[in-house]
Amino acid sequence: MANEVCISQGGKCRTSQFWLLLALGGLVVLGALYAFFTLEHHGHILTGMNNQIVWGLPHVFAVFLIVAASGVLNVASIGSVFGKALYKARAPLSGMLALAMLAGGLAVLVLDLGRPDRLVVAMTHYNFKSIFAWNMIFYNGFFAIVGLYLITLMSRNLKQWSTPVGFVAFLWRLALTTATGSIFGFIVARAGYNSALMAPMFIIMSFAYGLAVFLMVQTVMYWWNDIELDERILSRMKNLLAVFIAASMYFTLVFHLTNLYFAKQWAFERFILLEGGMYTALFWGGQVIVGYLLPLALLFSPASRQSMVTVMVAAFLTILGGHAQMFVTIVGGQAFPLDMFPGYAESSSFFDGVVTNYAPGLYEWLLGLGGVGIAFLATTVAVRVFKFLPQDDFAALEGDKN
Amino acid sequence: MSQSTDNPMQERRDFIKAGALVAGMSLGPGVLFYGVAHSRPPEEAASSDVRWGMLIDTAQCGDGCADCVTACNTENGLSGKTGPQDTQYIRKLNIKDLRNGRVHELPMLCQHCEHPPCVDVCPTGASMKRADGIVLVDRHICIGCRYCMMACPYKARSFVHEPLTDQNPEVPRGKGCVESCTFCVQRVDRDQEPACVEACNAHGHKAMLFGDLKNPESDISKALATQASTEVRGDLGLNTGVRYQGI
Repeated sequence: MANEVCISQGGKCRTSQFWLLLALGGLVVLGALYAFFTLEHHGHILTGMNNQIVWGLPHVFAVFLIVAASGVLNVASIGSVFGKALYKARAPLSGMLALAMLAGGLAVLVLDLGRPDRLVVAMTHYNFKSIFAWNMIFYNGFFAIVGLYLITLMSRNLKQWSTPVGFVAFLWRLALTTATGSIFGFIVARAGYNSALMAPMFIIMSFAYGLAVFLMVQTVMYWWNDIELDERILSRMKNLLAVFIAASMYFTLVFHLTNLYFAKQWAFERFILLEGGMYTALFWGGQVIVGYLLPLALLFSPASRQSMVTVMVAAFLTILGGHAQMFVTIVGGQAFPLDMFPGYAESSSFFDGVVTNYAPGLYEWLLGLGGVGIAFLATTVAVRVFKFLPQDDFAALEGDKN
Repeated sequence: MSQSTDNPMQERRDFIKAGALVAGMSLGPGVLFYGVAHSRPPEEAASSDVRWGMLIDTAQCGDGCADCVTACNTENGLSGKTGPQDTQYIRKLNIKDLRNGRVHELPMLCQHCEHPPCVDVCPTGASMKRADGIVLVDRHICIGCRYCMMACPYKARSFVHEPLTDQNPEVPRGKGCVESCTFCVQRVDRDQEPACVEACNAHGHKAMLFGDLKNPESDISKALATQASTEVRGDLGLNTGVRYQGI
């Protein structure tokens, strides 16, 4: 019975390990379901979220997964839209990961709603002025378009359609991440958001996060199947990751430089860069050092040319740094008090003028990790039953310049 | 058999007279009350000929008085607790001028913007503005995403974090939905002032003036036409329905 699940991957079957992975992912998802039903019954009073920090840890995980989902599709786009053979071979895995991660991210968003039972309302009532409503349309469209794209990539008869459908998917993912970044960019009232840079910054970050996730999954798949990744392929992909990380760092730099130029934003910058406690620590330690500087150092070190482990560590650090960035952006932006009366110090019974300390509780961790669990489960099953292992055509690779 | 009256016509007249009297007695007070109160019947939609607004004189508000807050809590069935997860429709805000140390007290509540960011960002349209300018949450289609709370420049909204009991039937609330000041819409529709304004007047402060911004003859319009007032975060261009004097 167990052997029947072992399809088409070649190499060793490792069925017991496969079940172990499923059990692990399943446990994490069960934890999320437990958190969901508990919160559904008792309300969000059991979480660390409140009227000051309305979006907490679940949103950090959810937005990371959604942004990385659109970014991981970039691998396929480089193949289908820009015609690179190296990436074409990886397009199916890229598309599948995009769907799995989006599913995980959306699940967390929905399970964290105050009224998750009204999902049908969210699907039937649209306020087209709301960027949030547009996001729902982009997410659903992403499933349809990337699903179709996967079919064209994996079916012999429809292969010729993969380029035009891949192009549509590429444009759609750009629109989706623009909309996701704009959820924050369009919030005019808060000092931490309200920037047109949010949309392009989220796109460039999605490239880095998505590629980092892709590299980790690909490396594990190669290990699983006892295959060595060709050195040239590893070298090109790790260089691309380094470019994306550097570009993310550049956008972060410009975002804060613009803020530092506006006197009205100084207080917020002082908060994030110097005096914000946990948020400052996560910005410098998490986003900048773990997320940018360490991976860049690893990726540019001579060791990373041959070492899958070095690249894997760099990718993992990028993902960790990505979560720190989401925390600083999403929670930090809310923790900094609203300035209703510039030039005045404010105080009230409603925590006006006070920096809010946010301590996520168990249920937020369970919900957030549940999204990762869903993406992990979907990926584990998909790579087992479909042929997602990249099939490199080395003759074509020689033709690629980069 | 009962004895018939002498004149059947007389009997008919008496019946009509009595009927008219009963009808008059039952309909009369209603008609009179309607004429006096001008309140809007429930089936009639709110009119865009009216825009409800409030003018708050911070010079009259002070001494740590929180009668408006207490009245609001009573009217809307709020617990009055002030923990980070508790609902507050209206709160007393203390602001201190950092240049000269001057202190003001003022009530902060939903500003009932003409262009409310909460309405713009709400994915389902649950956050909405009535024709008469009152910004409300439709609790039937609020999914509890809290995006409106992220978007509100006045931190005027609260999320119901736990199941509720002992609610005011006129102000239905529910776990998992977002809520905020409604200008006591249930009172306004009966042609009464919001509870906070009534309490402020009863206390003698008279710091809150409520009325129709579109009616040039209303007290609030006259006051706004003759005295300087401030829109909080006026730079956002939201054209708030609540204005402040004295800051």
